This record gives sequence, C-alpha cells and structure tokens, in this order.
Amino acid sequence: MSEKLTEEMLSALPDARGHFGAFGGRFVSETLMDSLMTLEKEYKMLKNDPEFQARFDKELADYVGRPTPLYFAERLTRETGGAQIWLKREDLCHTGAHKVNNTIGQALLASFLGKKRIIAETGAGQHGVATATVCARLGLECHVFMGAEDVQRQSLNVFRMKLLGAEVHAVESGTRTLKDAMNDAMRDWVSYVDETFYIIGTVAGPHPYPMLVRDFQSVIGRETRRQALEKTGKLPDALVACVGGGSNAIGMFYPFLSDESVQLYGVEAGGLGIETGKHAAPLCAGRPGVLHGNRTYLMEDENGQIAGTHSVSAGLDYPGVGPEHSWLKDIGRANYVSVTDDEAMEGFRKLTRVEGIMPALETAHAVAYAIKLAATMDKDQTVVINVSGRGDKDINTVAKLEGIEI
Amino acid sequence: MSRIERTLEALKGQGRKALIPYITAGDPHPDATVGLMHTLVAAGADIIELGVPFSDPMADGPVIQLACERALKHGTSLRQVIAMVKEFRTKDSETPIVLMGYLNPMEAMGYEAFADAAVDAGVDGVLTVDLPPEEADDVAPLFTERNLDAIFLLSPTTTDDRIRAISEHSSGYVYYVSFNGVTGASKINVDEVASRVDHIHKLTALPVAVGFGIRDAHTAAAVGRVSDGVIVGSVLVDTIARNQADNDQLKRALTDLLHPMREALDGLSS
Repeated sequence: MSEKLTEEMLSALPDARGHFGAFGGRFVSETLMDSLMTLEKEYKMLKNDPEFQARFDKELADYVGRPTPLYFAERLTRETGGAQIWLKREDLCHTGAHKVNNTIGQALLASFLGKKRIIAETGAGQHGVATATVCARLGLECHVFMGAEDVQRQSLNVFRMKLLGAEVHAVESGTRTLKDAMNDAMRDWVSYVDETFYIIGTVAGPHPYPMLVRDFQSVIGRETRRQALEKTGKLPDALVACVGGGSNAIGMFYPFLSDESVQLYGVEAGGLGIETGKHAAPLCAGRPGVLHGNRTYLMEDENGQIAGTHSVSAGLDYPGVGPEHSWLKDIGRANYVSVTDDEAMEGFRKLTRVEGIMPALETAHAVAYAIKLAATMDKDQTVVINVSGRGDKDINTVAKLEGIEI
Repeated sequence: MSRIERTLEALKGQGRKALIPYITAGDPHPDATVGLMHTLVAAGADIIELGVPFSDPMADGPVIQLACERALKHGTSLRQVIAMVKEFRTKDSETPIVLMGYLNPMEAMGYEAFADAAVDAGVDGVLTVDLPPEEADDVAPLFTERNLDAIFLLSPTTTDDRIRAISEHSSGYVYYVSFNGVTGASKINVDEVASRVDHIHKLTALPVAVGFGIRDAHTAAAVGRVSDGVIVGSVLVDTIARNQADNDQLKRALTDLLHPMREALDGLSS
C-alpha cells in the first residue's frame, strides 16, 4: 500500500456521508432517509455518552461473557508445522457466536431511542438468534426475516428464535436466502418506520450501519490485541477471519488497521470453486455496484442484476460485502481470499478432531485458510483465527453431507 | 422546456390533472411492452412511468416484485428497455416517458452510456428509487446536460429542509409517496395526503404527482383533487399478471381500468 494508515485517517472514516473511499453511502428510498439521519445523530451522541458506554460494557461482561479467551491451539499448531495458531473464542459468547456483541449494542440503542419493535434479517440464523435473545433480555417485540431456503437449512435456529419469543417470517421471494431476507426486512422497515428499529446483523446496509456494527464488533480486535501482547509479548503476524457481510472480520481487523506489521486475511466462500461461478465471493470475483443501501463489491450479471450465490454455509451466502472491506481491498490493506465448500468441511473436521472445538461452517472457512497460511510461516510467528461461531447449528448440514440421517 | 414540463404545463392550462400509469418493462413479455404503452396512451395516460426490472426491488411490494421476476425470466435488460422506448417513439412523439427503477442496472451499464442512450431513444425523465440527491453528484449533471429530467421522491417522513433541497435537485415533477410502505399496499389516507401536498406546494414550484395506493377512479379523483397528477402502478401490474395469457384481453382490461380514472380526473375540472 502507498501510505500508512494513521489513527487520524481511520477515525475520519466513514466520512460525513458514510463513505469509505468510493464505497458505502446511503442508497435508500426517501422514506428511510430521515430515520437513518436521526439514527446517525443519536448514535454519535450516545457513542460518547458515559452512561450508554458503561451499560454496553456491563452487558458485554455479564451477559455476553466477555472477554472471550485467546486460546493457543497447540495440537493444531504441531500438526500444521508452521506458525503458532491461536484462536479468538467468539464461539464462547452467549448464543454461540460473535453476533450478540452487535445485537446487544443495537438493542440498547433502540431502548435509548424509545423504539419497542425490533426487526432483523438472518442467514444462518445466528444473528436472528442473537437478536431474539437480546429482545427477550430487554423486553422488546422481535420479528426476524429469513429466506425460506435458510429456514430449511437451519431449522434448529428457527426453533431457538421461536422459543425466545420472536416471530420468524420465511421469505419466499427471489433466491429465498439472506439477500431476500434483507429485502423484506427493509420493506417492513419502510412500512413501520416510526416505531421500528432495524438491527442489521452485518457491516453492510446504509450509513450509519456499517460504522455502528463495526464499532460494536471492534471489542473482538481490542481484546485480541491486548491478549496477544500479554500472552505472546507481541502483536500477531496475521489475522484470519471469514467474510460474508464481514462483521466478525471487521471487528477483528479494525483495531489493527494502523499496525502495518499485522497481515489481514478475509476468507470468502469459494463454494464449488470460483471458476464454476457457484460461490459467494464478491471481493475475490465480483465488481462494485449498489445493493441494500451501499456501494460495495457485488456478485452481479453484466446487466447489473444481482447473481445467485452458493455456499455450504448459510451465513456466507450473500452477494455483497461490507463497504469498509471493499475499501480495505482497494487500498491493499487487507487480503481477500476464498476457500471451497470441501476445504471448509476439511477445516471443520480438523478443528473438531484435533482441538475438540467444533466451529460454525462459516468459521471453518477461516480455519481452512489459516492452516494453509500457517504452514508457510515460521515457527516464531503467530496467526490468530477469529472463531466467530460454534458449529452445533450446522450438525444437520454436516450429517446430510456425510449421508447420515439424524 | 422538456417534454414533461410542456405536458404538465398544458394540462395545468386546461385545469386538468396528469394521469401517470406505471408498468414494468418486459412484463409479461418484452415483445408486449411497446403495445401496452400505446394502449395506456389510448386509455388516457399523459405520462408513462416505465419500470426497469431489478432482481432486488426493495421498495416494492409482491405485485411489482413478481413483475420484475417475470421480466427478468425473459432477460429484460436496461438496454432492451431503452430500445422499447425508441420503438415506442416511432409512433408517439408526444407522450413523455420516465424510466423508473433501481440504481445498480444503471451503474452496471455506465452512467454516461446510459444517459446518452436514454436521450437518443427519447426518454424524458429518470426516477431512481434508491438514489437520494445526496448520492447523485456523479449522475445528476449527466442528466441535466442532456435535458433529462431527474425525478426524486418525497415521502411522509421528509422534513421541510429536505423537501426544499430535493426540489432544488428535481425537474419535471416531484413524486410524493403517499404513505410509509411499499408499492401495492393500501394504507392511503386522502386527508393526510391533501395536507402534505398542500404543504409541499408551499415549498416548491414544481408540480407534485402522488403515487402509492391509487387503485380506482375513486382514489384517483380524491388524490387528483389535491395534487397535480396521480401515479397508478400495482393495480395495473396486477391486471397484467392476471391477463398475461391473452394480449387482447389484457389490453381491454388495462383500458377498462385506466379509462374511468381518466374520466374521474377530468370530471374534477368540469
């Protein structure tokens, strides 16, 4: 990259209109503009409000269970035979994934703004569960939009959401996956904009969402930075995280952006292989466009119609990506790579058998790439994998792939 | 003066209100669209809003979503939609055409290439649902230079400052969305619309057309009474869906729907 990212430059992004370089922004219909501008203004005030921050920190500690451990994967390191592999254990968060860091933040925001009706979109169901959970915790009405295809793939999480008191709306339009769930969530939001707070689960969507989701998830990277210094006496050499919309990755990367020595790797879903076109890797194989309120890398056809995606993991099955990742790609600060469904399954099995930690299929993409990467590095170097979620929700998918009936 | 401005000015001079039907290009089939446009004009349309199909129409309800899916099944692209307008113009040089859709197909084609092709084909205005004026810095000048009217939305949630700012960026007319919701819903409250449009008229000199929730002659007249024009979309698109098997029957059904609206609107001035 041409110039060093200073703290000052980073704190100026996104700019006043929500842009990260050429990406981001606020591309929505007029009805939502006032709500987004109000949210931005209120969030900027609350961000510096000691009462709000103290409440957020307390929820992260006592409800989410933070800090999560930074764990040395000793056997995996030995088997891989390269750099030390460390795991940031977001799978140990309440509800089993990093998603709750953001949902508790946004639900508190909703409460401070006096909004009682919460909506959310979900792919794998982790964000839906995390939203339903904090709504139960704070006594808020909760509606979750989920593609009908994902409702099938993730029936366990659908049941969890219902137990938590949420209403789950199966979305039958389009490709019946995450992007269509997001379309319907936005349609609901436009219809009930005065009383509704939309808890977006990833760092995409219109400004200020990519910024506020990043801020709430940055606790991952801040803890990792401190823990790495404590446990290894230095910053990690590489960070690896899976990227669908990219919330766990940005949460891990953001506090390290100005640390030039730390290499950042975002791992997209290569599906059946980039060359087959059946994947969900817009940063690796897409081009910039506008969807869901922001300009970012997208998977689309030559006419600008959004392309169908494929991934074994529902949480990565999305044709777009957070705009800050698009910017980090274009300035060369982060590397974006992909692994296939098969490689991810291999990563899933490996971590399960060697460390006794069953990762989510999303996370398994990061595991698979990190193992390849660590093997090329020296023994005194360190790689941190963000273990964004646990794999219990995926056992049905894994069983099916192995031809086993549960 | 643009074709849209001329049309609206002439109507105003006659004390009449604009009837602006919307259909999705390529629905039910790309070959049918130009014929349907002529049918709309014959039934009393003053301006046509021609929808550009998009895979993810976030501001639309199920009726227009399905129309987009039907059009995309036949591969209807933005370039093809522009070609339809060109063909329409060989028989109709009077009726203004506004392309209505989402930003990404335009971005994929390239803004300059789009603007050139649109003007060449005889398109008069462009309404991009997910492009607020704040994000239109790159696009708007390309339209202005070519005399393409940029039409923006106003909604019940738009503040006075924004109404003024959006009007500054607009030409032709502004499109007032009658309620918070998606196309095809039936939440319209005519009294609320009347007071909002009255208020918007105080903040801008542009004509105000009202869309969302206009389903029949009765709602058309009620909204026409308080605005400069009415936009009719989902009820037409639903008619297309229900009569897609028989093109002649479809044309009759569209005429039967639109013609009473025309009469009801014209009845306001007599």
